[in-house]
Amino acid sequence: MARLKARVICSGNVSGEVLFTDKPLLIYTGIDTSTGKIVERGHPLNGKSVAGRVLVFPEAKGSTVGSWTLLQLKKNGVAPAAIVNQLCEPIVAIGTIMARIPCFDKVDIASIRDCKQLTIAGDEILIDENLK
Amino acid sequence: MSRMLAGESGEGTQIAAEMIAALAKIYDAEGFVPIVSAQIAGVSYKNIGEAGIEFLETMRKGGAKTRARATLNPCGLDLEAWRELGFQEQFYKDQKRALDAYQGLGIEMTCSCTPYLIGNAPGLGNHVAWSESSALSYANSVLGARTNREGGPSALAAAITGYTGNFGLHLDKERVPTVHVHVTCRVETYQDFGSLGLMLGKKLGQAVSFITGLQPGRCTRERLRQLGASMAASGAVALYHVDGATPEAQAFATKVASGEIPTRLIEVSSIDDVADVIPAGHGEEQATAVDLVFVGCPHASKEQALDILESLKGRELKADVWIAIARDVKREVLQHEALVEAMSPRVKLVSDTCIVVCPVDDLGYSSVATNSGKAYFYLKNNPKLAVAHRDTAACMDAAITGIVTVKRGRGS
Repeated sequence: MARLKARVICSGNVSGEVLFTDKPLLIYTGIDTSTGKIVERGHPLNGKSVAGRVLVFPEAKGSTVGSWTLLQLKKNGVAPAAIVNQLCEPIVAIGTIMARIPCFDKVDIASIRDCKQLTIAGDEILIDENLK
Repeated sequence: MSRMLAGESGEGTQIAAEMIAALAKIYDAEGFVPIVSAQIAGVSYKNIGEAGIEFLETMRKGGAKTRARATLNPCGLDLEAWRELGFQEQFYKDQKRALDAYQGLGIEMTCSCTPYLIGNAPGLGNHVAWSESSALSYANSVLGARTNREGGPSALAAAITGYTGNFGLHLDKERVPTVHVHVTCRVETYQDFGSLGLMLGKKLGQAVSFITGLQPGRCTRERLRQLGASMAASGAVALYHVDGATPEAQAFATKVASGEIPTRLIEVSSIDDVADVIPAGHGEEQATAVDLVFVGCPHASKEQALDILESLKGRELKADVWIAIARDVKREVLQHEALVEAMSPRVKLVSDTCIVVCPVDDLGYSSVATNSGKAYFYLKNNPKLAVAHRDTAACMDAAITGIVTVKRGRGS
């Protein structure tokens, strides 16, 4: 079992399937708030749903309205179970606190790249090597 | 802050405090500073949705109430004249519910991007938390107040806690210019300042600049407002200094000139390129019908509105003229009864909204002339609209003739 230390932006213990990208993610207009699907044109995760996933990406981009988008995803039941960023910026930090989505950053996300499942407890991210 | 974070002021305030603390953590803030005021953007129903309304309601039920003065940005329609301007009733109802939710938290229903014209004008060195890129650029640069580029929710959280993190443009060291812009061409009119802003925004990104070569006498507050609004639209500029014209410039002037403050130099020898490419229309140079002349982005001052009314006095118009203006400023303009009575019914003083956030093509307009670089910048992304960027006088001519001459294709 590998353990990574993270910085807690919005606390919460979760376990879930990973959805990973090494490309910045557009939140406002980039994620369909009714389905949870990523709709940003040309993004490697286009068509994938964030619903219930541990969503791992370097940082968000685009309008600060994205914070409200995270809240809408939560209300519609299609929010990610948690967000893990390389370096969290204000859109996600504010949005996850408003929507109560557990959020962590200051993690070398490259080490999660091949990971299928994650457990987050406190400020620790646990990677089960068997589930890689 | 620690008491609010611990929940001693109720759950609603606690959420706001957590938001402020998270930003402070991300940016390694030097603690927190009390704010004088907040300006909250992103208030349209389209942006915040049902989830947003529910969130604001939850905050209110959790005891949240503003601790600092807070004003609101424009919304999607004129709250009084929406029917007459052609807006749908459902759109009005949804927008009204969103605004009521903000009002429940103690936020003033100013619905304007020029809070500084209606009583929310912070002074030199005051810390504030403003969103709305044009307003925060004006607060930082022209008023000398201190704010970062807040998003709507973080400005809201600052209003509720009364604090913001002490980082970024709240600190002296972050307000020092890193770029020296030297202008050698003529930049004189309101349109010129907008064109210069559009050009500079693209080059500056987030950088703080020191601008020389502009005649201080030309740098009226209206024109500086247009410069900042356009820079913040095409770029992410939150603070600029103009030699001889803005309050913090003096402290940097000799140090920039001597190189004591190291800067990257950008020379601007022409804004004609901007003005020439910018006019948008169809095909080569041609006369094009205009059905809407739009001024007031940012919202017009009383002086701007009166000048326009004066220039249109007694004229018959072939295009509608929208003057977007804060409701309180509109009230002052309406006191000039003789002038108001002499204006064509096609002239509309539109409040609470802005052409950038209201669905103008749904209202049946297809060709717009505007004196605002910022409005031009956003309107040109609407594939249903032809847009021309002209000086105020040329815009009023277009209203009278119904015609504007456009060159080349859609600009950049």
